[in-house]
Amino acid sequence: MALRAPTLTRPTLTRRVLRPTGLLLALGVLAVCALLSVTVGAKPIPVADVWAALAAYDGSYDHDVIRSLRVPRTVIGIFVGAALGLAGALMQALTRNPLAEPGLLGINSGAAAAVVIAVFAFGAGGSAFVWPAFIGAAVAAVAVYALGSRGRASATPVRLALAGTAVAVVLQGIVYGVIVLNDFVFDRIRFWQVGSLAGRDLDVFWQVAPFLVAGVVLTLCLGPSLNAVALGDDLAATLGARIPLIRTATALAVVLLCGAATASAGPIWFVGLIIPHAARMITGPDQRWLLPYAAVLGAILLTAADVVGRVVLPHSELEVGIITAFVGAPLFIALVRSRRMAQL
Amino acid sequence: MSKTLAPPRPTPTGRATPRGALAVRLFGERISLLVRPRTVAVCLALVLVGVLALAVTVTVGDYEISLAAVPGAILGYGERLDVFFVQGVRLPRALTAIGVGAALGIAGSVFQSLSRNALGSPDIIGFTSGAATGAVLVILVLGAGRLAVSLGAIAGGLLTAAIVYLLAMKNGVQGYRLVLVGIGVSAMLGSVRDYLLTRAELTDALGAQIWMIGSLNSRGWAEVAAVWISLAVLAPVLLALGRRLRFMELGDDTAQGLGVPIRSTQIWALAAASALTGAAIAVAGPIGFVALAAPQIARRLTRTGGTTLVGSALTGATLLVVADLVALRALAPTQLPVGVVTAVIGGSYLIWLLYTEWRGVRA
Repeated sequence: MALRAPTLTRPTLTRRVLRPTGLLLALGVLAVCALLSVTVGAKPIPVADVWAALAAYDGSYDHDVIRSLRVPRTVIGIFVGAALGLAGALMQALTRNPLAEPGLLGINSGAAAAVVIAVFAFGAGGSAFVWPAFIGAAVAAVAVYALGSRGRASATPVRLALAGTAVAVVLQGIVYGVIVLNDFVFDRIRFWQVGSLAGRDLDVFWQVAPFLVAGVVLTLCLGPSLNAVALGDDLAATLGARIPLIRTATALAVVLLCGAATASAGPIWFVGLIIPHAARMITGPDQRWLLPYAAVLGAILLTAADVVGRVVLPHSELEVGIITAFVGAPLFIALVRSRRMAQL
Repeated sequence: MSKTLAPPRPTPTGRATPRGALAVRLFGERISLLVRPRTVAVCLALVLVGVLALAVTVTVGDYEISLAAVPGAILGYGERLDVFFVQGVRLPRALTAIGVGAALGIAGSVFQSLSRNALGSPDIIGFTSGAATGAVLVILVLGAGRLAVSLGAIAGGLLTAAIVYLLAMKNGVQGYRLVLVGIGVSAMLGSVRDYLLTRAELTDALGAQIWMIGSLNSRGWAEVAAVWISLAVLAPVLLALGRRLRFMELGDDTAQGLGVPIRSTQIWALAAASALTGAAIAVAGPIGFVALAAPQIARRLTRTGGTTLVGSALTGATLLVVADLVALRALAPTQLPVGVVTAVIGGSYLIWLLYTEWRGVRA
């Protein structure tokens, strides 16, 4: 799979300099966002105290807030954002469809259906949603991919989109049916389905971390192969790319990343859709650069949105899923209007 | 017109008609059209299934009515309970289902033609999302009754569709940009709804959620009138545009070359299909999946290349009336919202169609 495919565009000198610089700059922005996320909130805490809480924990209220609330949600925010950004970029490369996003593989609906069933059957709550969500997402994605690659052919873009929609609709119907029959389930699910980082502890993170790491490593290995796939199946095959293998590996990476993200934060739409577009505007179509950018930009978007959500209302907090939609959508529309969208 | 440009005439030996089609010529070729026997058969079968489901909806239930008593009950004769159930409850419900299903089928077909995308639906221009948001606002913030909810849905839908269209406008409206802007606006509205649902009392939130699933429970003659009048006005407009839409599926440039006025066709088709969707949503809520699946199912049943308006309408109507029957009877006496059933049945059916279609195919 370590295939040397020709890059799609010969990078100009400025781009060769700009791409690494830009990535460093983006990492800097991410660091600032993370710092803000730890200090800003209903109770602002100065940076010095944050450091003290991490280095020399004294059990005070501020230190407790930092260690048990702010740090976990910042860490989870960074990883969820990065995972969604990466997964979105992979989905768009896999389906060669600029509108593709992780939700298309049935991830969000699978997770939602499994969570609903878990609440309905076992009365589960809180961090007990992690495993049902992960398993549901994985099962749905495997079902969609299996349906899409039925027959002798491998899963083509249109097939994946159709199969994803069909499976997602059935799962949505199951969710609706259970909700209608049982108020209690609805009460739980309406808070989960918004998508939020609040109230997650580091246990949640450690549960999904192995999958996240596996997904990230797999993704970064896939860059060159995806560049070949972008040339079209026939040309890629003549270059020696093993298309079915690449497609399956890509889908696997998407499942790992999105399953972990959805399990820890609930369904967050839209990050996976817009981040790859933003990244592509900076890097061009070369996946080896696009993927790292997508990860960093996704992490920035989610952490920043979480900070904004904490300060925008006087006495309560807006969930990060709401903010990403409200920040991301106008940005996305502006991008769509401002220039020709970078085609895949 | 020179002889070479004249349309090909059938010769005794050659085939001038596409496979599986019959050319019908009446009045010495003044009226000529292609008839696909398969399409006709499929449409007839759909009508048959729809009528059967209608008959079952009217007669079967916790109170059984014999089929023989139905015609009398419709006219107001016979036992009082028979008349009450047929006239007051079951017939209007079934007729609403047929009307809403047909409206959603046609609208979905038009949106898929316009966006040249199998996943195109009234959602892509934000109409459904806007309507749902309007209705949820009315339910949760104003706490008003059903008529106000319907009006709120229509206002929200039209407003959103107009905003999406204006935002997508820049040297004309390209289908691609329209879809992207629609997705963006829908995402924002979706988060508004999620926010409202988490901040409301549980019972109010549940009411709003059920409205958003889409239901035909306790619909009466007012709803029947609303949806059928809309169909009578708008469906002919779209049928008249059907030919141009078929050309536009070939691409804007090709269609323009064939003499199709793209801009006006686009605007008229969007407006009429949106209004039709609006009527359906106002009556039954945003029932998912019918607009998306009916054109796809119709296409696969009739085995025609493009989208067919009539086939989609019949498929949508049949799908919805059958789904409503299941929603009524599956967990009786609990009545499910029909949106649950359209999702589960329609989705499963689409999965099965794709599964069999792709069985032996080389892509």
